[in-house]
Amino acid sequence: MADSTAWIVRNLWLVPALPVMAGAVIALAKQRHRVLAASLAIGSMTISFLLSLCAFVHVLGQGDSLKQVVNVNWFQFGNQWLQLGWVLDPLTAVMLLMVTFVSLLIFIYSVGYMAHDENFTRFFCFLALFAAAMLGVVIANSLLLLFMCWEIMGLTSYLLIGFWYAKPSAAAAAKKAFIVTRIGDLGFFLGLAWLYSQTGTLLLYDSGAGCLEHSALTTLVTHTTIFGLTVSTGIALLIFCGAAGKSGQVPLHIWLPDAMEGPTPVSALIHAATMVAAGVFLIARIYPIMSASSLPALTPTIALQVVTWVGAITALFGALIAVAQYDIKRILAYSTVSQLGYMMMGLGIGGPAVGMFHLITHAFFKALLFLGAGSVIHGCSGEQHVARMGGLRRFMPITFATYAVGMLALSGFPLFFSGFWSKDAILHSAHEWTLSQVPFYFGSIGALLTAFYMTRQTYYVFAGELRLRAPEKEAHLELDNPHDGHVHESPSIMTTPLVILAACTLVLGYFGTPLWPWFQSFLNGEHTGISLARFREPGLVPVMIASSIIALAGLGLGWLLYGRKPIEDAEAPDALQRIQPRIFSVLGHAFYINELYAATFLPLNAACAAICDWFDRWVWNGAVQTVSYFVLGLAWFDNFIDAYIVNAGFDAGCHTVSRGARVLSLLQGGRIQSYLRMIGLALIVLAILMFWRIKA
Amino acid sequence: MTVVFLILAALTIAGAAAAMSLRSAIHCILALTLGLVGLAALFLQLGAQFVGFTQILVYVGAVAILAVFAIMMTHRASAPAEPILSASWLTGAIVAVAVFAVLAWAIHSTPALTPASLPQPEASVNQIGAALMHRFVLPLEIIGLLLTVALIGAVIVAMPEKQDTL
Amino acid sequence: MSPLNAYLLLSASLFSIGLTGALTRRNAILVLIGIELMLNAANLNFIAFWRYGPHPEALTGIMFAIFSISVAAAEAAVGLGIILAVHRHLKTTDLDQMNSMKG
Repeated sequence: MADSTAWIVRNLWLVPALPVMAGAVIALAKQRHRVLAASLAIGSMTISFLLSLCAFVHVLGQGDSLKQVVNVNWFQFGNQWLQLGWVLDPLTAVMLLMVTFVSLLIFIYSVGYMAHDENFTRFFCFLALFAAAMLGVVIANSLLLLFMCWEIMGLTSYLLIGFWYAKPSAAAAAKKAFIVTRIGDLGFFLGLAWLYSQTGTLLLYDSGAGCLEHSALTTLVTHTTIFGLTVSTGIALLIFCGAAGKSGQVPLHIWLPDAMEGPTPVSALIHAATMVAAGVFLIARIYPIMSASSLPALTPTIALQVVTWVGAITALFGALIAVAQYDIKRILAYSTVSQLGYMMMGLGIGGPAVGMFHLITHAFFKALLFLGAGSVIHGCSGEQHVARMGGLRRFMPITFATYAVGMLALSGFPLFFSGFWSKDAILHSAHEWTLSQVPFYFGSIGALLTAFYMTRQTYYVFAGELRLRAPEKEAHLELDNPHDGHVHESPSIMTTPLVILAACTLVLGYFGTPLWPWFQSFLNGEHTGISLARFREPGLVPVMIASSIIALAGLGLGWLLYGRKPIEDAEAPDALQRIQPRIFSVLGHAFYINELYAATFLPLNAACAAICDWFDRWVWNGAVQTVSYFVLGLAWFDNFIDAYIVNAGFDAGCHTVSRGARVLSLLQGGRIQSYLRMIGLALIVLAILMFWRIKA
Repeated sequence: MTVVFLILAALTIAGAAAAMSLRSAIHCILALTLGLVGLAALFLQLGAQFVGFTQILVYVGAVAILAVFAIMMTHRASAPAEPILSASWLTGAIVAVAVFAVLAWAIHSTPALTPASLPQPEASVNQIGAALMHRFVLPLEIIGLLLTVALIGAVIVAMPEKQDTL
Repeated sequence: MSPLNAYLLLSASLFSIGLTGALTRRNAILVLIGIELMLNAANLNFIAFWRYGPHPEALTGIMFAIFSISVAAAEAAVGLGIILAVHRHLKTTDLDQMNSMKG
């Protein structure tokens, strides 16, 4: 089989391997080797991008045969081989292309953004490592490899969020991100373990023997477990826990806004385009399990229902909170939470094609928006509060233009922007959902709010007059920028990626329109052509019109509140705050979810930790101490014996000998005649003895 | 057990006893000389003429004189009435008596050794000389060496120590 | 008693007398004299055995006595030399005062 697989499929492992090798080399370099670090990272990512292009072209050419797999034996335990492997199918191909391309652009952007930072090299090392891990998740065909790369992603996210580790808020945010995603990963791991135990294989695709293939799925569907759920549902829900943690679904969304403590390229790459999308990608990857069901076709499985509802709630939730935020990045962060909810909703209702389309388009325009925000922050010498910005369209025209493109795409401005087409596909599927229309309503309200808050943000930042003051000495600014005080456009190394991303945002939408749903059919492995017939599908055009109206309404509301009268005073309350101060404050505090957790789970955790500490200190430590005291006692006893018995005995013996000798030496009188007398006596005794002997 | 023997024996014992019990050392030596002469006579009576004369030559002529010289050299002018017997002399006397008792008992308890009459053996100087040169030549040489050593040793021991004159 | 026994007894008494003197006299020279007496008693013993014992033609007794006399002379010379040396140091020939080897 190895001969018939193409060169690119056999060498697909290079796509994540090159960045990780680059990261390893950068890790060994010193901080001053900036050019080396940047060139290694960008170079390896360029090659990975070219390889991804080859893979994409290859998959394009394949047509019908979908999945091509290479499995490699890693090591043996028992009589089983632990196998790793990678898979190349349409899903993998589009994801690889998107990740490598967006990562490449963000790497180039970071060269300009982090130019004044002294930890430039460390940044690129972590970025390269992250890119490698993400690409590993994308191509993984083995559950084990998938989980390993998943965890490495989590690690690099932690390292990058806490990049400026000296800042306590950054370190706390990194910890929070890691712990919250860990909670999700626990469910993920349980799900993987369960899957392995049920199917007996770690590989997803293995010529019919993999976990996602027919025989395994039949096994999973036929066995039932608690609450009457099928095993497939149980596994799917557990794996969804991991996806929910990584993709910031409610209730595990709390880490994403705090993750904005990291540098803006990190926010763009990890927390907008790629890592948070990995959860959505994971669900798309294991979609066969999620949709495996013994029920009649078209009835959504319980797992998919859960995904849909969670996605819908998250979509609305995120959008609501984003309305009342002041930090330029936090608005975008909650927006990401909301859009991830949309993706999950799309996955649950419409399948991988719908969810993934929105993922791809969102990656481009969200990265664009974040990079634009970074450009704004860079230009304003570290200011992040939107109320203190303003009028930047004159000073940063390129940033403004590209930001506008991204903002319109996100808002779902009809027809020209990719965001409209992808969101419309989701709303259309939601409208067609047989179980309930509530997700459709949530999605629609969310779309309205999305347009509204993006307009609000744009007016605050770019419209009106410059409200920026020179930064105070104690202000904690994101950047240590020497150009303080003067607003300026960012260098071309930063604006060029913006322009490229804006172009992609405009163009990509056309790959998924009902006119030519190339993207959806590509993922499903079908061919399709341009056809107007799809427009006649029931509900398609009405939903399109409805979502256009919603988007325009949102934009209009935003203009009404924020655009009519230019915002002059940075300290003045928000327009919405004036109308509904209570609601605004609740939204501003993100529904007090963090405070809720702090009041419930955290004290519980602290109590458990205290109990464990007590146990450790008094029971385990006590046991160890007892043993050590016992040994000490033995040692003391030994010492006692040695000093007082052995030693003393020996001393006593010596003293006895000494005293005996002293006593015996008294025999020596020093007088010769006494010696002579002794000799005489001896002679007598000897003589007597001899004679007696002879006599006898 | 002839009379001659008894007289000579009595003489010898008297001389020996006197030598061991007189106060003055010179007197002791003179008594010793008497005893030695008696012994020499006994040797003559036993038929060992060479030994008897050698006894007189060496013992009486050299050793006794030497002892006299020694006494005179170590003699203290002021010689108060100091005891002549050492401390705890009784122990020594008892030991000596015991030795005599043992020896006498041994002699007495052995059966009669030889018959009373035996022919007088020949011990001419010729024979003694021949024996010295044949059978006893090694002891002879060793005695010569010994005497040389003793001579040199005695001189060195008795020599006054060299005084370092600065 | 046989003549041999008589001579042996005489020799034994001379030996004892000599031993008495050696063990009881204070003067070192007189102790030496006692020792000479003991040697002489032994000589008498030898000659008596030569005369009355087996194989007198071997002259063993006479030889022994001659050698004994020579050795005794040498020993007397050295011994008296030592006594003189000691006298130079301690100014006395009193044996009871020569107890520096006392333990």
